[in-house]
Amino acid sequence: MFEDMVTARYYEERLQEEYLEGKQPAFDISAGPIPGELHLAAGHEAAGIGVCHHLRDDDTVTAPHRPHHIAIAKGVDLKRMTAEIFGRETGLGKGKGGHMHLFDPDVNFACSGIIAQGCPPAAGAALAAKKRNTDAVAVAFLGEGAIDQGGFLESLNFAGVHDLPVVFVVEDNDWAISMPKERVTDVEDGSKRADGFAVHGERVEYDDVEAVHEAAGRAIGRARDGNGPTLLEVQVHRRMGHFMGDPQTYRPEADQEAATARDSIERLADTLRAHGVGEDELAESRKAAEERVDDAIAWAKEQPEPDPAAAHEDVWVNPPSGVTDEEPAFELAGGDD
Amino acid sequence: MATEGEERESEAGTVTRDLTMSRAMVEAIAHEMRANDEVFYMGEDVADYGGIFDSTQGLLDEFGHDRIMDVPISETAYLGAAVGAAQAGMRPIAELMFVDFFGVAMDQVYNQMAKNTYMSGGNVSVPMVLTAAVGGTYNDAAQHSQTLYGTFAHLPGMKVVVPSTAYDAKGLMHNAIRDDDPVVYMFHKRLMGIGWMPAPDGPKTPVPEEDYTIPFGKADVKREGSDVTVVTLGLHVHRALEAAGSLADDGVDAEVVDLRTLVPLDTETVVESVRKTGRLVVVDEDYRSFGVTGEVVARVADEALDSLDAVERVAAADVPIPYSRPLEDEVLPGTADIEAAVRDVAER
Repeated sequence: MFEDMVTARYYEERLQEEYLEGKQPAFDISAGPIPGELHLAAGHEAAGIGVCHHLRDDDTVTAPHRPHHIAIAKGVDLKRMTAEIFGRETGLGKGKGGHMHLFDPDVNFACSGIIAQGCPPAAGAALAAKKRNTDAVAVAFLGEGAIDQGGFLESLNFAGVHDLPVVFVVEDNDWAISMPKERVTDVEDGSKRADGFAVHGERVEYDDVEAVHEAAGRAIGRARDGNGPTLLEVQVHRRMGHFMGDPQTYRPEADQEAATARDSIERLADTLRAHGVGEDELAESRKAAEERVDDAIAWAKEQPEPDPAAAHEDVWVNPPSGVTDEEPAFELAGGDD
Repeated sequence: MATEGEERESEAGTVTRDLTMSRAMVEAIAHEMRANDEVFYMGEDVADYGGIFDSTQGLLDEFGHDRIMDVPISETAYLGAAVGAAQAGMRPIAELMFVDFFGVAMDQVYNQMAKNTYMSGGNVSVPMVLTAAVGGTYNDAAQHSQTLYGTFAHLPGMKVVVPSTAYDAKGLMHNAIRDDDPVVYMFHKRLMGIGWMPAPDGPKTPVPEEDYTIPFGKADVKREGSDVTVVTLGLHVHRALEAAGSLADDGVDAEVVDLRTLVPLDTETVVESVRKTGRLVVVDEDYRSFGVTGEVVARVADEALDSLDAVERVAAADVPIPYSRPLEDEVLPGTADIEAAVRDVAER
C-alpha cells in the first residue's frame, strides 16, 4: 500500500509540473502539453488505496472527476492512462476521454465527470454480479460535495432494497470547489445518510490508510458475502485547488495549511517504521514509484497525437448504415421490402 | 455594432466603457437586483468564488449570501426551487455551471419550468432566468464542452438567449430578468473574458452605464455584405467575422447575421439578408443534426426558396466532443471551415 500511496502522490506532483508547462506566465487553460481541466487528488490517497487494495480485476470501480489515485490503486494501466491525459492516440480512450473520463475494461474501471453520476452504474455492476451469482463487488467513489445528488441517494436506496454488493465511498475533503462542507449539509457525518435507507454506514475520521483498509475490508466483505451495500465515508484532505488554476481565494489560509500538514503518506511511513520497516526499504519503494511514474510520463509524451479523422469513429460499436463510407458490416433488418 | 433601434433605446449621451462580456452581464444583474428586491441569484460557486466563469464576480460584496446564494450540488433541488420561487412571484436567476449538467435536473427544466404556464392555461407564470455556460475549444471533453442550443430551443416553453458581445449581453440580460417567462441565457465560456481562457477581440465592446433592453427575436447584422449571408450566434459570430475579413481581401463580401435569440428566432432579418445575397451559410457550435443549422435553412426555404441559390451548414460533427486537441479541432467548426463554406457557396 505504501508504494501505491507514494506512486499516486508523485504522479499528481509530476502531472502538475507537466500541466503548467506552456500555460505560463498568463495561465491559459487550453495551452501546454496537457489540455483541458486537471483535477488533482493529492491528499486523497488513503481513501482510494485503502479501499481498492481489497479489490480484484473483476470487481468494478467507478471514479469521479478526480480519479488518478483510485485508478492507480485499481491497477489501471499507468502508461495508457497517462497517454490519455496527454490526449494521445494510444491512451485508454484514444485521446477522446481525457483525465476525467478514464475507462479500462481490463480492470473494470470507469469514470464520470458529472457529480455522483458514477453511482448508478456501480449499482448496475453490482446488480449484474448478483444476477450472475458471482462474488464480484462494485465500488463507487464520490466527493462529500456529491452527497446531495439524486443519483447517489437513489442508488443508495436501490442498492439497499436489492441487497446489492456495492460500496459507496465518500471522499470527504471538506470542499466542493469553493463550498465548505458545513454550507452544503447539516449532517456532519455523511455516513449517517445510510440510516435513512436502512443501509450500513461507517465513517473513518482520519485519512489513515490502515484504518480505511480495515473499514473497507468490512464493507467489501459484507458485499462479497451477499450482505448488501455499505456507505463508507473517509475524511481526506485537499492539498491543492479544486482544479489546476483555481486561485482558492475563498479558502482560509489556515485550512490550506492544515490540509497540507496532515500527510497520510508520512503517517503511513511512521506506522511502518514503528513496525520495524527500515529507511532503506521505504526509500526503495519511493524510488520504484518514481521510476514507474517517470517512465509512464516519458512514454506518454512520445506517443503520437490522434489522426483528426479518428474523431468520427467510436460513436457506435456497430455503426448504422450510412454513417461511415464503408459498407455496413451487418445485414440490415427487414430485407428488401 | 448594435442596430439603430437599440441605440435609441439606450439614452443619448450615455457614458460607455469597454467591458468584458462577464462584466456586462454582472452589471445588468446588479442593476436589476437594486431595482427589485424579488430578484436573486443562486447556483454552485456563484457567491464566494464569483462564478467559475466570472458570471457573478463581485455580486456577493454588494448583496450578501441571502441574495447571491451558493447552493449544494443538487441541480434538481435548486433549479426546481427557482421554478417554485418564480411561480410565487419572485424573479430568480439560477445558474447551471455547465450546460452539460442539465441532464441531472432536466425534469425541473423542461417539464416544470417550461411547461407550467401552458398547462395552467396561462394562469401561472415562471419569470425566472436559467443561465448556463456553453462551448468547447479548451479540450475539456464530452461532458464539459457541449453547446446545446438546439436542445433548449427544441423544447417548447423557454425563451433562449445567446449573446455574442458585451453590449448584447447586458441588454439581453436586462430583458431576460424583466421577462415574465422562463428564459435560458446561454453564455459561451470563451466570450466571457476570463483570465484563464483568452477571448477573441470581438466580445469586449463599449457598454453604456445605464440600463437598456435588447428585445428578444431581433437578430443583429454584425457585418453587412452583398455576396453571402452567414447566420450564426455566440462564439461563432466572431469566427464568422474573422472569416469575412479575410474573404473580403479576395473579393467575397459576406454579411454576418447574429441571431442573438433562438426563441424567438428572427426569421425576417435572415430572410431579408438571403433575398439580398442569394446564398446562405449557417454556422453553429452545436451538433449538426436536428439543430439550429437545419432549422434556419428550413425557415429560409419556407420563406424564400426562390432567392436561394446555394446553402451550406457548418456545425459540430455528430459525435461527442473529444478531448485531444487535434480531435476537438476536427469536430468543432473553426474560422477556416466557415471561410471554406462561404467560398464554396459564393462560387456556386
